[in-house]
Parts: sequence; structure tokens; C-alpha cells
Amino acid sequence: MTDYKPANPVLEVQDLRFYYGDSRAIHGVDITFPEKQVTALIGPSGCGKSTLLRCFNRMNDLIDISRVEGKVLLDGQNIYDKSTDIIELRRQVGMVFQKSNPFPKSIYENVIYGLRIAGEKDKALFDERVETSLRGAALWDEVKDRLHDSALGLSGGQMQRLCIARAIAVNPKVILMDEPCSALDPKSTARVEELIGELRKNFTIIIVTHNMQQAARVSDNTAFLFEGNLIEYGPTDQLFVKPQNKQTEDYITGRFG
Amino acid sequence: MKNRNEALDSYWRIGEPMVWISATALALTLLSAATLLIVIMVNGLGVFWPSDIEKVHLKDRPPVFGQLIRTEENAEKTGLRRQYKIANRDLYGLDFRWIDESQIDETQRPADLIVLERVEHGDFYGRLKTMTGPHTETSAVDLAGLNSALEKTTVELDQLSELEDKLSDASYRLEQLRLKQLKLDYDNAPVDTAAQSQLQRDKAELDREFGALITLQTRRLAEVRKAKAIFVDAAGQEKEISLVDIFQAYAPNTMSTGDKVVFYLHKLAELFIGEPRESNTEGGLFPAIFGTVMLIFVMSLFSFPLGVIAAIYLREYAKEGVVVRIVRIAVNNLAGIPSIVYGIFGLGFFVYGIGHGIDMLFFPERTPTPTFGTGGLLWASLTLALLTVPVVIVSTEEALGAIPREMREGSYALGATKFQTLYRVLLPMTSPGIMTGLILAMARAAGEVAPLMITGVVKLAPALPIDGNFPFLHLDRKFMHLGFHIYDIGFQSPNVEAAKPMVFVTTLLLVLIVLLMSSVAIGLRNRMKKRYTFGTF
Ligand SMILES: Nc1ncnc2c1ncn2[C@@H]1O[C@H](COP(=O)(O)OP(=O)(O)O)[C@@H](O)[C@H]1O
Ligand SMILES: [Mg+2]
Repeated sequence: MTDYKPANPVLEVQDLRFYYGDSRAIHGVDITFPEKQVTALIGPSGCGKSTLLRCFNRMNDLIDISRVEGKVLLDGQNIYDKSTDIIELRRQVGMVFQKSNPFPKSIYENVIYGLRIAGEKDKALFDERVETSLRGAALWDEVKDRLHDSALGLSGGQMQRLCIARAIAVNPKVILMDEPCSALDPKSTARVEELIGELRKNFTIIIVTHNMQQAARVSDNTAFLFEGNLIEYGPTDQLFVKPQNKQTEDYITGRFG
Repeated sequence: MKNRNEALDSYWRIGEPMVWISATALALTLLSAATLLIVIMVNGLGVFWPSDIEKVHLKDRPPVFGQLIRTEENAEKTGLRRQYKIANRDLYGLDFRWIDESQIDETQRPADLIVLERVEHGDFYGRLKTMTGPHTETSAVDLAGLNSALEKTTVELDQLSELEDKLSDASYRLEQLRLKQLKLDYDNAPVDTAAQSQLQRDKAELDREFGALITLQTRRLAEVRKAKAIFVDAAGQEKEISLVDIFQAYAPNTMSTGDKVVFYLHKLAELFIGEPRESNTEGGLFPAIFGTVMLIFVMSLFSFPLGVIAAIYLREYAKEGVVVRIVRIAVNNLAGIPSIVYGIFGLGFFVYGIGHGIDMLFFPERTPTPTFGTGGLLWASLTLALLTVPVVIVSTEEALGAIPREMREGSYALGATKFQTLYRVLLPMTSPGIMTGLILAMARAAGEVAPLMITGVVKLAPALPIDGNFPFLHLDRKFMHLGFHIYDIGFQSPNVEAAKPMVFVTTLLLVLIVLLMSSVAIGLRNRMKKRYTFGTF
């Protein structure tokens, strides 16, 4: 069922191959991500979930030895074209990391970081964005009285939500999340999952997770990757209830992984 | 048997002996450092304590006044001998004297004994006999009378020093005129131009002003010098001393401990703010303190940005490869080159190369007298900067390398460029590491003397590198330095024994300054650490 083509595509991946030096980590993946839905990437560790995800905002460019073949279309435009402005691309495709990484600045400065580096100076806009983004990340009520305190004083769960606020402050189309809850306690995880449900109304979300229950809870579609290949892709309820592929079934029933 | 083996085995495996060895090594290091500090403190802190002065009656020689320094076994090992500081260098030629205890009849502590700190010839121990000249008529012939007369002369001296300021200002302006003249001559301006004649007029007027000031000063000084006092030593020998030559007079035998503490603190204050006297063996250390701090400050101004920028390039921009690896090895090894080699390089490159070049370019009329083409604060600072820059590079590079990858990625993911990431996220995060490098660099620079000796340090600088004359900061000037001071007074002064206390005091001061600057830097670093790194979470 890898030929599943959801409606309203935002991000289309065509025959993507990715190399670390001479070793290929992604062996020709075709996948389409629909607008304002949550898509989960699952698969055993080392199967290439992070690598694939980082192809969508060209984060892999930072690795000297990396090489990409194939296309990734964002609104029909190949992001690997020579003419692509990487900085503009990363503004449209935000990212939240496995390990929360707030900058050693105040909460306020963290949220407006993306705006500041874009050259924005409007104080009123900053104030407004800080509030909407923090509200959007369900953090406003907890930090509104200490916006100018260091972000490093927040709890782990709060830090991760701050990173989400930081990502949505620049109004991206797509938000990539690479195992955003793997370092969080169950309560914080529940909050972030709830938050993803909210964010879904405004953003297209692609989330990597190795937690099957989480994928089942938060996502509309799920893709199962194995050893750099896309094995199965489909609506989450279908994929979890009756997987088409033997490998998918083995994985989600916990027979390997 | 097997059991014992096992016990021994686990003893080694747990590493008990290693723990002991490392603890011993640490203890030894601490012990030697502490011993050094204690020796310096004990010898340095006691220098200004106004100990009692004894009158020592001898068996078959005239009595002497002296301050007991120490007692030890005599050369024949038959008894003890004492070392006294007997002062009165101009009378006896020596400041110290060994006296065998078998020669001593008795010792007293006469209350009327006065210690004079003099501008020349060191201290004088004696009794006051008479006073003559201005300000002395109404005074009683005792310590109080002497002090009130001294106060009055000091007031007059202060007025004279105002004159002196005017004089040095005039001489500075004369020098400026002379340089202007040189420039005009050099530019081949005809003698009759307006500029030349104006200059001549200015010069004539200044010369007149200068002459008048000199005459006035000489006359007033002669007047003040007429106030004199006659003192007698223990043996009855008389000595006439001008009041202006007396720096301070006190009677230690009548002072209470409280008085002595106050006196001691006064002396300490003088040490920090006073000018040196007696070829640096007495008086204050202000110019040397100032020179040392200024040197380190200017050095940091150069080595800090240079090192940080170099490290950033090495770590963030240069492509990792053979070249970068060689550069890194070279930088690490630069720190191991003997500092005198840096000094020679500084002399050749900065002083003779750049300094001379500047002279030829901007002050050709002054040649062959050098302006920048001779050692000075700027060149010494640059030489030290070169010496310390590897330390800054290494620690900055390490700090940059220690930043977790997620921090960079977080910034890039928001659309930041490499440069924005660097100065908005990475640099603040590395600042504690950079500060550590700077602290090490400053400590190293403060301890260097050898390279300074050929790049601009002097035993007595005529003026501070900062003063009221334009452009206020004179980095071309020669300067004094505590480290060189130690060497100079301890090993180059004509009267080493008399200079010894000052060596300890200077050493103590140098250690204190390094300590102070490091503590300030460490305090700063800790604040940065709190702000820019994850504490507990
Ligand atoms: N920077 C890298 N250099 C070389 N190989 C890498 C790098 N990052 C990941 N890989 C390899 O690529 C494969 C996929 O890794 P990754 O995408 O991180 O897997 P996942 O996120 O699914 O656990 C793994 O075999 C891993 O060893
Ligand atoms: Mg991963």
C-alpha cells in the first residue's frame, strides 16, 4: 500500500535516495504528506527515520559527506533545486528535536529568535508573537510572569514546548518532530501529544516516533520504514488494524524491532 | 593462601595504592605552594611594622641604636649573635651589624629615641638635639615639636610642587615646540615664514616663563631648606638634617600597639599610592603597580580578540584536514617557546620593524631620536599578547567543540545563517571557556619578566603611560613593572641587604595583583556560566 496518495499534498517525496559517504541510508522513497494532518514515521531504530525527516528541511546539508538524489517537492517546488533559498526553506519547514534545545537566553528571546534573525525589529510584533506562540504551545499560562527569565530554568517538558513555540513563531507550513517525547516523563508526554492535536488545525506535522501507541494516538497517517525502505504507508487506523505487509504486522505486534 | 591472594588482588583492582599516590602528589603540590606563599607573607607583611628600637650598650665600644632583626649561633659556635638594623647609612656606611651577645652589656628602650624616614640615605635612629630656621622657633625640642615643624614645611613643599607642575607643563610645551621646529626645519620651510617667526616668538616667551619659574623655585627651595634639625646618635655623634629631607618621624618605643597598627596601615597605603625612593628600595610602588596592570590590560585587549577570532576560524570555518591539524599542533607548541625568544622577536619585529617604520613615516624630523622605534608599553604588550594568544585559542576552540550539536541545529532549523548562529548562540555559550583562557593568559603574562626587559621595561620611568597631556594615553612610553622591580632591587641595587624587605613586599604585591585580577575574571566567568549553561534540570 505504498502507493497511498492522500489529498491536498504539501510535501511530495519522489524516489529519494540518501547517502552517508558511500553507504546508502534511504533507498528510493516515494511518499506524500497531506496538508494539516499528522503523519507518523515509525520503524526500528537505525532504519532511517531521522535521516528521511532531516531531508525535508535540508538539515542533512550540515553533514559534509552526505549526498541526496531524487526530489522533495514543497508546494510543487523541489527543495533540492539550485535556486532554493535554504534559509527561507527552513522558515517554512520548522523542526523540533529529540533533545530539547532552548538557547541560553530568556524565554522571550527564545520565541522571537527566528524573527530576529530574519531582521525583524518591530517590538509590538514580538510581543504579539510571543503570546500567540506560547499560547499555541500551551505554555503561556505557566511562563507569562517570567518571560524574561532564562529558558534554562524551565522543566524538561516546558523546554520542549518552548521549542515548539519557537518553531511556530515564524509561521511555518510544516513542522518536523524527531521523537519529541522520548526524553519526557509520561505526564509531559501527554501534554505534548495533546498539543500536537491542537497544532494539527494550523500546521502540517510529520512526527518520528518509536512508540507505537503514540503514533496510533496522534497521527492521521502512518508510514512504516525498514532498512531505508518505505514498507507501508496508509491511514493510521487502517495500518494498525490490518496491516497489508507481513513486516509491518510483525513490527506493530512487537515481534521484532 | 588463595584467600590472601584474592584480598591482594581486589586491593589492586580497587586501586587503593593509586588513590594514595595521587593524594600524596596533591598534598605535596599544595604544601610547596603554601610554603612559598607563607614565606612571602611572613617576610613581606612584617616589613612596615614599627618595631621597638633598642639602645645596645657594648662592653668595650660605644653604644648603638638598633632594631633587632634576628638571633643566630655565632660563627665559632660558642654562643649567640644578633643582627641589628642600625640605619644611619651616611654615618656608618652600613645599615646592618652583627653583634655577639657576649659583647652586650645591656639593652634599653629609650622613650626619646626618634626614627626618621629620610628622602635619602635610608632611616636615621637618634635623639633630637636642636632645631633652627623657619617654623622651628615656636616648637618645643621634642617629637611633637619636630612634627609640627615638619607639617609646616610640608605645606610649603606642597606649594612648591604646584610650581613644579607648572614647570613640567612648561617643559612639555617647550618640547612640543622643539619638535614643531624640527618638523619645520625638516620640511625646509624658509626661515622668514610666518610660521617660523611665530614659533620663535612662542619659544622666547616660553623660555622666559620657564626661566622665571626656575628662579622662583630655586629661591623658595633654598628658603625651605633653611629649616634644620640636629640629631645625635647613641655614641653622641651629631648630624644636621634639613627638614625637607625628612619624610616622616616617629618614636616606636612610645607607641602603643594600636598606634603601631595605624602606622602600619598608613605605610601600606603609601606603598600603593606612593612613588619609589632611594633607587626603588623604599617608598611606594605605584608606578610599578600601574605599569603592571596597564601592561596586562593592553595585552588582553590584543590577545583576547585575536585568539577568539583565530579559534573561531579554525573550528568553524577552516576545512578539517592536514593543514588545520598542522596549524593546531603549531599553536599548541607556540605556548612552549621560551618567553625570551618572544622578547627577541618583539624587539626585532615590533620595535625595530614596525616602530622604526612608524618613525620613518610619521616623525622623520625627529630621527635619529626614536619615538616608537624604541621599547615601550605598546610593544611589550604586543609581545606578551603573542605569547599568550595560543592559550586563548586553545581554550576557545575547546569551548566551541564542547557545545552540543543540537544547539547549532536548533539555530539552523530556524533559518539562521552560520554567522548568526555563531554570534547569537555559540559565542555566548563559549564565553565562560573564553574567560578561562583569558584568566590563564593574564596569569601567564603577569609572571613574565624576560621578554619585557628588552621591549620597554625600565627601573625608573619618568612618567606614567597616562597623563593630562594630549593624547592622554602614551603607549610609546617606557614603564615600570613589579616583576622587573623584584629583579632590579633584589639583584641590581647597590644595597641588596637594605632592599631585601622591599623584594618580599613587591613579590607579595605581584601575587596579590594576579590573584585579584584572576578572582575578578573568575567571578565574571561564573556569572556567565550561570547564564549560558544548563545548571540542573
Ligand atoms: N552522520 C551520520 N554519518 C553516517 N551515518 C549515519 C549518520 N547518521 C546516521 N547514520 C546511519 O544512517 C542510518 C539511519 O540512521 P537514522 O536516520 O538516525 O535512524 P533512525 O532515526 O531511524 O534511528 C543508520 O544506519 C545510521 O548508522
Ligand atoms: Mg532517530
